[in-house]
Amino acid sequence: MRIALFATCLGDAMFPDVNRATTIVLERLGHTVVFPASQTCCGQMHTNTGYLHEAVPLVRHHVETFEDALAQCDAIVAASGSCVGSVRHQHAMVARTGGEVALALRAEVVAAKTYELSELLVDVLGVADVGAYYPHRVTYHPTCHSLRLLQVGEKPLRLLRAVRGLSLIELPAAETCCGFGGTFAVKNSDVSTAMLADKMSNVLSTRAEVCTAGDSSCLMHIGGGLSRLRTGVRTVHLAEILASTEDIA
Amino acid sequence: MTSTFLGLPVAHAPRGVGNLHGDETFPHAARAALGNAQLRHNLGLATATIRTKRALVVGEVPDWEELRDAGSAIKADVMARLPELLEQLENAVVARGGVVHWARDATEANEIVVNLVQATGAREVVKVKSMVTQEIGLNVALETAGIAAVETDLAELIVQLGHDKPSHILVPAIHRNRSEIREIFMREMEDAPADLSDDPRQLAMAARDHLRRKFLSATVGISGANFAIAETGTLAVVESEGNGRMCLTLPETLITVMGIEKLLPTWRDLEVFLQLLPRSSTGERMNPYTSMWTGVTPGDGPQAFHLVLLDNGRTAALSDDVGRAALHCIRCSACLNVCPIYERTGGNAYGSVYPGPIGAILSPQLTGTEGHGDPNASLPFASTLCGACAPVCPVKIDIPSILVHLRARTVDETRATRRPDAELLAMKAVAWTMRTPLRFARAERLMRIGRVLGFGRGRITALPWPGSAWTTSRDLPVPPKETFREWWLRERGDPSSGDASSGDAA
Repeated sequence: MRIALFATCLGDAMFPDVNRATTIVLERLGHTVVFPASQTCCGQMHTNTGYLHEAVPLVRHHVETFEDALAQCDAIVAASGSCVGSVRHQHAMVARTGGEVALALRAEVVAAKTYELSELLVDVLGVADVGAYYPHRVTYHPTCHSLRLLQVGEKPLRLLRAVRGLSLIELPAAETCCGFGGTFAVKNSDVSTAMLADKMSNVLSTRAEVCTAGDSSCLMHIGGGLSRLRTGVRTVHLAEILASTEDIA
Repeated sequence: MTSTFLGLPVAHAPRGVGNLHGDETFPHAARAALGNAQLRHNLGLATATIRTKRALVVGEVPDWEELRDAGSAIKADVMARLPELLEQLENAVVARGGVVHWARDATEANEIVVNLVQATGAREVVKVKSMVTQEIGLNVALETAGIAAVETDLAELIVQLGHDKPSHILVPAIHRNRSEIREIFMREMEDAPADLSDDPRQLAMAARDHLRRKFLSATVGISGANFAIAETGTLAVVESEGNGRMCLTLPETLITVMGIEKLLPTWRDLEVFLQLLPRSSTGERMNPYTSMWTGVTPGDGPQAFHLVLLDNGRTAALSDDVGRAALHCIRCSACLNVCPIYERTGGNAYGSVYPGPIGAILSPQLTGTEGHGDPNASLPFASTLCGACAPVCPVKIDIPSILVHLRARTVDETRATRRPDAELLAMKAVAWTMRTPLRFARAERLMRIGRVLGFGRGRITALPWPGSAWTTSRDLPVPPKETFREWWLRERGDPSSGDASSGDAA
């Protein structure tokens, strides 16, 4: 299968390892990964902060970029639940709000072919064991948009359970938001921090070495707190765990 | 705002009367609340208990999702036919001996109620717990007119005696624990027993004795309404303590204030809502007391019945085709109990009697907002959009989508003022950068300068404003040496080529 990689702006600029890992996993499974170089940002931050007017050109650019990609690819993948959530649940709405009905219809076509990594692996490619090896104690935070917007359910856990060497510890109150919420983290910094404190104490209670999730932004938040308090617990994206083998663990 | 399909002018709830509007923006009010350890502890415990109870009793209803669909559809129908249904209700109430009053806003409603009470000569009224009379600040209006309003719901009584504000729709004293309640009773309740302990049963019995005297002497009762049936003119109040039943049946005169959105078209619609409401709110299969009355029944119950129909910004909310779904709310407070923001700040941080996720979409629509800086304009931003509220809403209000919609409305209001706004400028700049990959790649290279802020430790611990809002409590990773697109270009050559021959996997 030919798969277009939607790297997401945060993933491209701040977390290139996550996109490299996504590429590695898919290529290891025998698929071809394409990186449409004209991609930039899905506009999620603008949409969710209320800047719909500013988000319209970003939606248009995203749709144009990945429409072209779909001419030679079967699917689009992103290692981010919230960016896929934005594409699938908001792009058409943003276009319609901006009066662009035709763009909304095109956005729906692109959205229907866009998958979050665990969805692509489990639902589309039909694999749970991607041949990974990761000898660590890991707990999984099921990020809100993956959980409730995309409803990925058990898929990431099925992938993690198939990783050799990995011991998966259940996270208490896993379904509670970590307090990131995009611009919420700075606009409501105090509440965000209070939520993070509770998330961190749950992570620490598992005695895991690694907290993983399907979204770099949430991990940046949880990891930023864990690092500030020198907890020694790392955050690692699900894609990076799935990419690890005996050779590159 | 566009004009309403009803052809009515958009009139919001007035400022300065009632309790729909706080003095501080949410982030400021929340900061104080977060520092209250007792509040955090009480809220954590109470919301977790109600969450568990709700999940249990909702899980045992096989057609719960169908009930939610029905609830949502009935409410959408009500909103689409509101003028017609309201007139039907008025005719039915009048036909059964009631009097109907129309109040444009809180000020008018308070005037109507004060005049009605004064006409009876009563100096004291007993009240059923009601959100709408809190919304319009009725107790203050009555007090100003020299009429004492006695709250008869236990929690509402605690709030009233404590000169406090309710912090939860259903459990208004959720922020108080039993020793605080004992203190309030000892200080404010003239007939509290001298040896009162903080045992919950003793506290309840003390309140019961106190209230029983009030019930037996009151000549006027004031209530809100959970539902009003247009077809029959029947009003309904659901409650747990029986105090409502006392207020609704013992006094000579009953005055009911209800928001115009509380309507249901037909009697049989109650079947849906009497299943949805108790399970969603208290986590009970059925609430202990359901009182229904239709006009006046000679020789039985109040012999004078007045219904005050209140707009107070509801028509304005109705004119917004996305936001109007907030009017479907049946005040169950399930969304409060699952909200991670509410759980940590409590209700008072929202400044309005309607807190939590539903308050964040209802209050700003009722009052209208005036761009960034308006306390109610900050409410739709008091959410991470985590989506925990939507699946528990018994009438399927898509709260996260309405939050985004109202954020956009606030931004558009700020835009319309044409005053320079730092956030607007920053958002425009980022959007401009993201429009082409070339600009984005340049910005990424520029960001790399930020690596020096890590001082070789790989993490940034302090940034100037506005980045300080992040770094006061969280580290930030330094930007990587190489972005993903640079890596791809270096490793795979032709940027858009995906051929496996153009480079190895790693």
